[in-house]
Amino acid sequence: MNGAAAVINAENPLYRSRKRTNILLLTVSGLAVLFGLFWLVWILGTLLYEGGYALARAALYYQMTPPPGADGGLANAIVGSLILCVVGTLIGTPVGVLAGTYLAEFGKRSWLAAATRFLNDVLLSAPSIVMGLFVYSVYVARVGHFSGWAGSLALALIVIPVVVRTTDDMLKLVPNSLREATAALGCPAWKMIVFVTYRAASTGILTGILLAVARISGETAPLLFTALNNQFWSLNMNAPMSNLPTVIFQFAMSPYQDWHRLAWGGAALITLTVLVLNIVARSLFRRTD
Amino acid sequence: METTANRMIRTTVRASTAPALQDLQPKLQVRGLNFFYGAYQALRNITLDIPERKVTAFIGPSGCGKSTLLRTFNRMYSLYPEQRAEGEVLIDGENLLTRNRDISLIRAKIGMVFQKPTPFPMSIYDNISFGVRLYERLSKREMDDRVEQALTRAGLWQEVRNKLHQSGNGLSGGQQQRLCIARCIAIQPEVLLLDEPCSALDPISTARVEELIHELKSDYTVVIVTHNMQQAARVSDFTAYMYLGELIEYGATDSIFIKPSRKETEDYITGRFG
Repeated sequence: MNGAAAVINAENPLYRSRKRTNILLLTVSGLAVLFGLFWLVWILGTLLYEGGYALARAALYYQMTPPPGADGGLANAIVGSLILCVVGTLIGTPVGVLAGTYLAEFGKRSWLAAATRFLNDVLLSAPSIVMGLFVYSVYVARVGHFSGWAGSLALALIVIPVVVRTTDDMLKLVPNSLREATAALGCPAWKMIVFVTYRAASTGILTGILLAVARISGETAPLLFTALNNQFWSLNMNAPMSNLPTVIFQFAMSPYQDWHRLAWGGAALITLTVLVLNIVARSLFRRTD
Repeated sequence: METTANRMIRTTVRASTAPALQDLQPKLQVRGLNFFYGAYQALRNITLDIPERKVTAFIGPSGCGKSTLLRTFNRMYSLYPEQRAEGEVLIDGENLLTRNRDISLIRAKIGMVFQKPTPFPMSIYDNISFGVRLYERLSKREMDDRVEQALTRAGLWQEVRNKLHQSGNGLSGGQQQRLCIARCIAIQPEVLLLDEPCSALDPISTARVEELIHELKSDYTVVIVTHNMQQAARVSDFTAYMYLGELIEYGATDSIFIKPSRKETEDYITGRFG
């Protein structure tokens, strides 16, 4: 019998302590998951419980926000939010993706790229109310009124740093060997980026964009100073525009029961929309892979 | 004294019919090449001629600079600003290393297959047509033919003919590598650079690739970096032995393996070192 075999058995103290550590860590991480899920389920549960009634009423989707005591829905806020988010995303995404592409594919470790990354991270963690105040001072204060454009602009400013960061990170994850292989075929840099590295990083970049959409769809602070709110149906981007977060804010702070119910409905609606958006995008990507 | 390893290698060397190096038309000429990774010098004053339509192998221990040398031939290092080359690499008498050369055109003429398979994130068919489309406009049928031809030559056609529109990432490692070889020959380059192309392949695929190298020799100039000395002996007409960034010995494969003129080369190929 050789020496190694003698110590390799179930009684080995190193083996046993490793097993104990394993069980301990598994328990702790399992508990952490349960702790996180507990609050998540509670929040979602409350949202659906309180907002379910309002969500189920068709009036929510075609009636305007009512004065207290009257019957109404959130139609103007839903459409307003949709417009603000879509326009904000349309402005912010190309800027963000292109800037992220510059950082990962061209700037790399140059001082300009390093400085941009640093400033972008500052912007990423800046309170969103700062974006609202910024747009207020450079745009709203100058033209003299609140508007949908100002709201979209403030939302775009929130989208940009999120998309820059994720695009940069996701493109950096694409192995250099793929870039070398593409270049070795005699492929110019722009074609390599568009057809190979974007494709390799597409799921990650799209996830970043969705994250940004999810983030702005619930932002209230930047809209308070820019799009403000509108009790009436309005598609005019040069006028104050109604939107779900501000309506939720206003209604939830009020003493009226029916306004509360609409606020819960609006909150549930935003959450479910983001959920559906995520599921759709994910399943689309699974199919193309 | 003749070692077993030496005898083994000798039996794999084909009967010598190769003309001497200096009588052949050079495709690539390396002149006084120095290469730097930042401050580290990886190649020292390399001068050699790669003959046209022959297979040339670079051998040597890890880190000797053989891959680095190969990567100067298509200026792969230009992707990394901290890497630079001094000296000349001439293709058909024209220097590739001058700054104002169009790198994309050079690379299209000089194909490269890497050590690790690098399928593009697209279908098997598109993996091959992507490179072809960069420089040629082909009809659907011509492209189909080109794809089939390239995959057949790389010995992959039978395995993928029914799943051409599935992702290239779904293939096994060996299949992915053959896909990369197919992609490379589909654009019909003049020179083929192979950087340890068989290190991820099983013996059957390796044999197929070596066969392919033999076939390609009639049309292409092939340069192969390999750690496998039997492979170098089997496939190449000329062999260069490198060590610590220097070219130690270069000549007809037969003479390098049977009668190396330098002691270091003999030590390496007989397995006493490296």
